[in-house]
Amino acid sequence: MAIGIGIAVLVIIVLLIVGVVVMYNGLVRLRNQMNNAWSQIDVQLKRRHDLIPNLIETVKGYAAHERETLDAVISARNMAQGAVGKGVGAQSKAEGALSGALMGLFAVAEAYPDLKANQNFLSLQEELTSTENKIAFSRQFYNDSVLTLNNKVQMFPSNIIAGMFSFSEGEFFEIEVPKEREVPKVSF
Amino acid sequence: MWEQIRANRTKSFVLVGAMAAVLLGIGYIIGMMFFGSPIGGLFIALIIWGVMSLVAYFEGDNIFLSISRAKKIERDDHPRLYNIVEEMKIASGLEYMPAIYIIDDPAMNAFATGRDPKKAAVAVTSGLLQNLNRDELQGVIGHEIAHIKNRDVLLMTMCGVLLGTIVMISYYMMHMLFWGGISGGRRGGGGGSGGAIILLVGLVLMIVAPILARLIYYAISRKREYLADATAAQYTRYPEGLASALEKLGGSRLQPQSANEALAPMYITNPFRKKGKAATDLSSTHPPISERIRILRSMGGASFADYNASYTAVHRGGGSVMPVSALAGAGSLGIRAASSEAAVGEPSKIERTREVSDLMWKKNNYKTINCNCGTKLKVPPNIKRFTVKCPHCGTTHSV
Repeated sequence: MAIGIGIAVLVIIVLLIVGVVVMYNGLVRLRNQMNNAWSQIDVQLKRRHDLIPNLIETVKGYAAHERETLDAVISARNMAQGAVGKGVGAQSKAEGALSGALMGLFAVAEAYPDLKANQNFLSLQEELTSTENKIAFSRQFYNDSVLTLNNKVQMFPSNIIAGMFSFSEGEFFEIEVPKEREVPKVSF
Repeated sequence: MWEQIRANRTKSFVLVGAMAAVLLGIGYIIGMMFFGSPIGGLFIALIIWGVMSLVAYFEGDNIFLSISRAKKIERDDHPRLYNIVEEMKIASGLEYMPAIYIIDDPAMNAFATGRDPKKAAVAVTSGLLQNLNRDELQGVIGHEIAHIKNRDVLLMTMCGVLLGTIVMISYYMMHMLFWGGISGGRRGGGGGSGGAIILLVGLVLMIVAPILARLIYYAISRKREYLADATAAQYTRYPEGLASALEKLGGSRLQPQSANEALAPMYITNPFRKKGKAATDLSSTHPPISERIRILRSMGGASFADYNASYTAVHRGGGSVMPVSALAGAGSLGIRAASSEAAVGEPSKIERTREVSDLMWKKNNYKTINCNCGTKLKVPPNIKRFTVKCPHCGTTHSV
């Protein structure tokens, strides 16, 4: 009888340990996935910053007197570069402004047929459009990862493990732009 | 949100297990019929299956890519396609960038290969690149990346091997039965009515097993297609892209030139599709295109839950297609706006056609000379002459 109880207790303890290990590993995996997703966003943001000087040069050759629009993009880019490493909140704001400025530039470019036919401009536009998409998709994946991690951190029973090993909730990355997922539309 | 892939795998493994059971059943009965004991038959079945599995596992993707005459392309060959694949790679959270192949074929189709995400590849036909715009291409690539991410390539390859083994063994055993007689009887032992029963069971199994295995195979494949559609919608947040691509694919009458039956589940639409097949066809690798479009178009959001709700609505309450675990805690996800074509600097269909044909010339080692009159001269790689004349303006160019 005593042996039976002893075995039962032992089994329960082993199961508990296994459960804790599984939950702990799951949390670690999610946290790594989230950090990895964040570095993906960084890669794409940096790529966008790098593409802009090229774009400015190309546009200048055809539409030099659009100073205002060009300056807006340049300053937005410098702001965004300055915000790197200053936290998710600051960075999302600066990147949102940059997206807006770029939209303005592409809208202006529509009025210059020569510019629009320029091979260099076209490939830059494809690169920037795609980078914009990649930012959106890596943000989407990052936010999905944050959501999954936060659910685990908040919900029973994984919240106990999360509390024990101090897993903290992730911060969502939101870019605030009017109709941010929409590429610039032009009406004449 | 990514947990469901694991749950889904379990379900598919049950079906694969059923196929393996059919194979073992055949092996058992062959053993009884020809050797008087199940061991020999099981041994033969397992050896054939093992060899075929190893070949498929290690060489399957290379074989598929070479029989479909796919050519590998790099970023500079087609930046837009490369970018779209990279976008979907990011959206899916895949760790490795899949290789990209292009097939010179006016028919529209695409497929994915690669036993694991590390060795994955997506292949598209030149017809697809010509006819689809950016959003549509993104939908198709999203579907293919979903096959890679959901490990469908490995699953369907292994199922295909099982099916192939079952069909092959049954075929040869039938022939041996008819032409070689049964050695089991000669060995005496059981004999009499026992032998007759085994013979009867064996005959029935040889006929039924390949059909049964094929039905299971198609059932698995169709399920994975729905899942890949749902996943693509979730990645792109834009079900309309894939729906509109499927519409174009469905409207085309062209059949791929070098499709392979074993690879059929990996294509975006069934390459052996015949017009006017019944909507609930059990003998197809893919659900009917019109139904897939209807489900995608009536999605209220872009999540698995939205897809599932839409599936149920289209089937008038006909059950659900997603595993329960996939839907747990999954809310609705917003759908993004369509990209406006002009603003993306998106090439028109004519430009796309030119782009793709230039790429195919290049991939076939043709040299391009730009003539001053605007004509592009394509010079074959094995040219013997030193000069070519422009057919439009008559200028002579040195090669």
